[in-house]
Amino acid sequence: MPKILEKITLAPKIHQLRFCVPELVKKALPGQFVILRANEYGERIPMSIAQMDKKKGILTIVVLEVGKSTALLGSLKTGDEISDLLGPLGNPTEMKLFGTVVCVGGGIGIAPLYTLIEGFKSLGNKIITIIGAKTKESVIKEEELRKISDRVLVTTDDGSYGIKGFVTDALKELLKNEKIDLVMAVGPVLMMKAVSQMTKAYNLKTWVSLNPIMIDGTGMCGGCRVLIDGKNKFACVDGPDFEASLVDFDNLIQRQKCYLQQEKTAYARSNQR
Amino acid sequence: MPDPISVNGTANQKKAEIMQLMQKGRQISRTPMPTQEKLERRANFKEVNSGYSPIQAMLEASRCYLCPKAPCVLGCPVNIDIPAFLTLIALGDFKGALRKIKESNSLPAVCGRVCPQEEQCEKVCVLTKKFKSVAIGHLERFVADYEMQSGEIEVPELPPPTGKKVAIIGSGPAGLTVAGDLAKLGHAVTVLEAFHVAGGVLMYGIPEFRLPKGIVQREITYLKKLKVEFRPNTLVGRTVTIPELFEQGYDAVFIGTGAGLPQFMNIPGENYNGVYSANEFLTRVNLMKAYDFPHYDTPVLKGEKVAVIGGGNTALDAIRSALRLGAKQAMIVYRRSEAEMPGRKEEYEHAQEEGINFNFLTAPKRILGNPDGWVTGLECQKMELGEADESGRRRPIPIPGSEFILPVDIVIIAIGTTANPVVPKTTPGLSTNKWGYILADPETGATNIPGVFAGGDIVTGSATVILAAGAGKKAAVAIHSYLGNLEKSTELLRENQKQIQG
Ligand SMILES: Cc1cc2nc3c(=O)[nH]c(=O)nc-3n(C[C@H](O)[C@H](O)[C@H](O)COP(=O)(O)OP(=O)(O)OC[C@H]3O[C@@H](n4cnc5c(N)ncnc54)[C@H](O)[C@@H]3O)c2cc1C
Ligand SMILES: Cc1cc2nc3c(=O)[nH]c(=O)nc-3n(C[C@H](O)[C@H](O)[C@H](O)COP(=O)(O)OP(=O)(O)OC[C@H]3O[C@@H](n4cnc5c(N)ncnc54)[C@H](O)[C@@H]3O)c2cc1C
Ligand code: FES
Repeated sequence: MPKILEKITLAPKIHQLRFCVPELVKKALPGQFVILRANEYGERIPMSIAQMDKKKGILTIVVLEVGKSTALLGSLKTGDEISDLLGPLGNPTEMKLFGTVVCVGGGIGIAPLYTLIEGFKSLGNKIITIIGAKTKESVIKEEELRKISDRVLVTTDDGSYGIKGFVTDALKELLKNEKIDLVMAVGPVLMMKAVSQMTKAYNLKTWVSLNPIMIDGTGMCGGCRVLIDGKNKFACVDGPDFEASLVDFDNLIQRQKCYLQQEKTAYARSNQR
Repeated sequence: MPDPISVNGTANQKKAEIMQLMQKGRQISRTPMPTQEKLERRANFKEVNSGYSPIQAMLEASRCYLCPKAPCVLGCPVNIDIPAFLTLIALGDFKGALRKIKESNSLPAVCGRVCPQEEQCEKVCVLTKKFKSVAIGHLERFVADYEMQSGEIEVPELPPPTGKKVAIIGSGPAGLTVAGDLAKLGHAVTVLEAFHVAGGVLMYGIPEFRLPKGIVQREITYLKKLKVEFRPNTLVGRTVTIPELFEQGYDAVFIGTGAGLPQFMNIPGENYNGVYSANEFLTRVNLMKAYDFPHYDTPVLKGEKVAVIGGGNTALDAIRSALRLGAKQAMIVYRRSEAEMPGRKEEYEHAQEEGINFNFLTAPKRILGNPDGWVTGLECQKMELGEADESGRRRPIPIPGSEFILPVDIVIIAIGTTANPVVPKTTPGLSTNKWGYILADPETGATNIPGVFAGGDIVTGSATVILAAGAGKKAAVAIHSYLGNLEKSTELLRENQKQIQG
């Protein structure tokens, strides 16, 4: 059973967990994810690979508590074990020399930017990173990302730190002043939708990493289906990255709400315990 | 071990007497399978059939005429010596009967429950014409359960290790059978499974009320006793590839990854909330135990009015699961007629008893939803039967103007599955057919890559548990001989090298 090597709370409700899983890490590439299950009653929950140390075989994930399963992960401590960890899953992000790549991360979507930037950077791309959070205390990974990006812009919704506003406000400025070759956006669906709408006007190649509800992560249930250019694709095996202009974001938002009622029941129950 | 019946003279006499009685043929009717009361079972996931008592089993087995031709043996896809095991049951030697079955089939507790016997062994039983056939399936199940209940599972003595390593990809009936057979021959076997538990469709697809998961797990425990190593959470193609397995020192690989890719219908409305593939619905309910939510964390939507599209075992399993989750109206929508239903007959009868509605000759056209994206109905069209198609079944043709709307809140699509592409895509050079199924020799499971074998649904497309298990048996024999030849050729190589060096 995979053991938590280290758990650090990065911000309120945001935790970083590390596991030593050499076989998985050996195969992992930027843009992929894992599926884990905390215990025998647990859901199978997908988590992006936030960082990987190939030499030591260490996998890092960053979890935002939004419901029962993520709260449970958040409650675990260094040394605790989880029952299952499967991966790497999904297609890696297509890596090549594009020129200038803007990496946009919102909320928990900031975490997986690290491996993506590392990958793009190693191929000679210029990296401009935009990260956005609700408020100053939920800005994560800023220092680490500064080390590997050419420029980093930070936004907060309430203006308590960096630029006041959303990541799209920072992106809007960049689009006016910079020659950009690729935008890669990871974060809440509404954010990815807004980025997509903005870059569409510039006819700018934009990728998003989609996060529908998943179970197996291997292509056998179809629960993760997303509408891409009017056709159903399974995000776990055909994605998770898709060309933003082709994505039906509204359908994804609707499908993410499928279990709202049950999720509330589960969360309330876990809080009583 | 000596046959307990043959140790003394009186037993021998008794044996002769019973066999005579069987040969005469007695016109007693088939012993009905005891079941959970239908109104009660509609509301729980406990097994419907409760199984024969030893007396019932002996009585039922003795209905066999021991007819010389034994068509049942040919009717069985793996040719179990049915008259022999029935005789042993009639004589009260239940363990002997189980040993007899296990010569040809490693999964009797499973197959006794889920094989379509009415299409196989029982279909050709000579009793079928005049009376009802011998309940071969129920008896197969009985002896397997008898051993489990007695608590002493016979584990054969393992031969000394051969030093050969085999990787089995996928832990459905095909993979489990290969694993067991090769382990018994002394090979080191590792089963790699993508899910967190082993068992394949037996765990995630077929529901508890038809095949209790404890039974599947007992088979796994048995394999563990044979020193088979299980590695769950391993998606071959992603976590590790077949070429890498060979690099890691495996001498042969068996691919038993099933036909797990769900098909959708590409009709409007398939992305509303409340539309499931049968695979997703059943995985949530069975594997993740959503019927016990919130005790287990995985949720499933419980509908008041549920429609399942399709007519096979999967469709019946889905609709009967929905009923047990509390659906007030549970219906099947099937575009052909009752006669073309491909599922097991017993399940169809049970479903009817439980109050499932069957809409035959009805095809879905469109799923309707409300502005928030939730399913509200299923638009259907009536069909009539036309000419026979290539499968020999009469083709359904739409009747113009016959559209109508079924008000429902859940729609489950159970129209079949196709090959999962992960392994073929990541195994350079592996040959598949145009549908993505792996090309393998039907007698040996050998693929075009030396040392790589395949069997089960990933070769044949969705079929049955016994066919997958049968393919596993054949592949195990072929792999064993492949490993033997490998041994010889490495010895030869060593000899040659010695000679060259010498
Ligand atoms: C490819 C991918 C990568 C992801 N990476 C990360 C990550 O790095 N860090 C992180 O914190 N979160 C990540 N998520 C989201 C995370 O999986 C969900 O937040 C988590 O499953 C919610 O579980 P819960 O029980 O805590 O919340 P719930 O109360 O069950 O749900 C809260 C919300 O989370 C979403 N959700 C619920 N179940 C799932 C599920 N099985 N799969 C996906 N979304 C679900 C739904 O929109 C739901 O409304 C990722 C999701 C995907 C698909
Ligand atoms: C709902 C349902 C009901 C059925 N009812 C009956 C019935 O009553 N009677 C009957 O005879 N048949 C029935 N069948 C059909 C029967 O279950 C299948 O034919 C049989 O299970 C096929 O066995 P298999 O070993 O080929 O593969 P499967 O049982 O499909 O197992 C394949 C396994 O491989 C794993 N896997 C896939 N890809 C990978 C990978 N890349 N790496 C690692 N692991 C992988 C999967 O997770 C799975 O566990 C039913 C099927 C379904 C879906
Ligand atoms: S999560 Fe099941 S198919 Fe993608």
